Amino acid sequence: MTTLFTSDHEWVRIEGDVATIGVTDYAQSQLGDVVFVELPKVGRSLKKAEAAAVVESVKAASDVYAPISGEVAEVNDALSAEPALVNSDAAGKAWFFKLKIADRSELDGLMDEAAYKAHTA
Amino acid sequence: MMLARDDRSELKRTPLHALHVASGGKMVPFAGYDMPVQYASGVLREHLHTRSHAGLFDVSHMGQIALRPKSGRVEDAALALEQLVPQDILAVAPGRQRYAQFTNGAGGILDDLMVANFGSHLFLVVNAACKAEDEAHLRANLSETCVIEPLPDRALIALQGPKAESVLAKLCADVALMRFMDAGPRSVDRLDCFVSRSGYTGEDGFEISVPAEHAERLAKALLGNGDVLPIGLGARDSLRLEAGLCLYGHDIDATTTPVEGALEWSIQKSRRHGGARAGGFPGADQILSQLESGAARRRVGLRPEGRAPVREGAPLFPDAASSEQIGKVTSGGFGPSINAPVAMGYLPSSHAIGGLVFAELRGQRLPLRVAATPFVPNTYKR
Repeated sequence: MTTLFTSDHEWVRIEGDVATIGVTDYAQSQLGDVVFVELPKVGRSLKKAEAAAVVESVKAASDVYAPISGEVAEVNDALSAEPALVNSDAAGKAWFFKLKIADRSELDGLMDEAAYKAHTA
Repeated sequence: MMLARDDRSELKRTPLHALHVASGGKMVPFAGYDMPVQYASGVLREHLHTRSHAGLFDVSHMGQIALRPKSGRVEDAALALEQLVPQDILAVAPGRQRYAQFTNGAGGILDDLMVANFGSHLFLVVNAACKAEDEAHLRANLSETCVIEPLPDRALIALQGPKAESVLAKLCADVALMRFMDAGPRSVDRLDCFVSRSGYTGEDGFEISVPAEHAERLAKALLGNGDVLPIGLGARDSLRLEAGLCLYGHDIDATTTPVEGALEWSIQKSRRHGGARAGGFPGADQILSQLESGAARRRVGLRPEGRAPVREGAPLFPDAASSEQIGKVTSGGFGPSINAPVAMGYLPSSHAIGGLVFAELRGQRLPLRVAATPFVPNTYKR
């Protein structure tokens, strides 16, 4: 299991052919209290860098982009009921959606944890 | 996701800037100032703490102006100011304060402000983004009768919430005797302050004008009380939105009249048709006729039916399918005290409270209920 990151503060956990996507703890700390999350529909085909979800904090709405292309296999309905999970457990319980990976070569464009840490330093 | 990056060069600082930074304030540009949008506890907790205990807000970026009558009679300053606002200023008794608007020739609002009678002169508090224009407007129109004296060497601190009185009374016993919209010079912690019992949260509370060099000492003395947390601009906005209070430049501006803005309660009978000093302010024809026959559009409260906040700029439609836009949202966000999204916007006056309209958000039509404001009952000590 590998976790990769985008420069736009999404994390991508790779398990076989499935990528689980969420936003980073750094992102949630910058967003502030999250009050609403809009998730993509299961079955939707997403292209890399396409707006896939929306996270609304008390301050503003922000798009969450698809870090790679793929079909939405599952979404985290717990976030609709409890958006504050994004603040309390961004890297864990607050995953947003899972993608069936369409093109593994797109993973090469993502950062590893060390590179992401440097990016947010 | 995109996270905003702020350019902080060229920003002005209030006398409490160092304290904000030391207190962990997240600083953002606002009206030309580097201001705290939130502290470590976050907007949600800051908001709820203000409603349950007390919050301290730095509003030093706002403009403070003394309007001094050359005749020495404060009534002359009041009559002079009445040439620029549709309010009855002559009736503001010494020690009292009133909400007012500067209007333009078309009846639009140039700024909204507070006017206090300090016995010898008037004391005005205006919006930060408008203060230079307001000063110029006062000078251009009132210089014959008044000396216009900006007070940039004073900070302004708001203390809001149910514990505000008990907290401030420890530094100035007199404040317990004040009621809503009382205002005047007071000694607070032995400092020469101006205190008003008013604010921008819907809660009981005070605004304290203090000499800039002593502002930090006073803020620290207030924050030393366990009931008080520092509050940033984020919670200031959600608090005023829940209270149904207008944000200038958003809910009201030079293109909206006080009647369209649902502020006719602030225009006293003496300035209306048949009143002792009817009209005589910019845009009087338009405003007075709207007071009699109504305006075509009106600011209303809006409660989104779902959980998604509907924010400023969202277009409003009469139903889920119509392509005919009938209005737009001017302020919107999440209301922590009612744990639901809230908004304000303009709609044709035919849309009654209780009806449904639809906002377009990310390609979807979301229903909103037209609602009375405030969304949270105010707790002013009248």
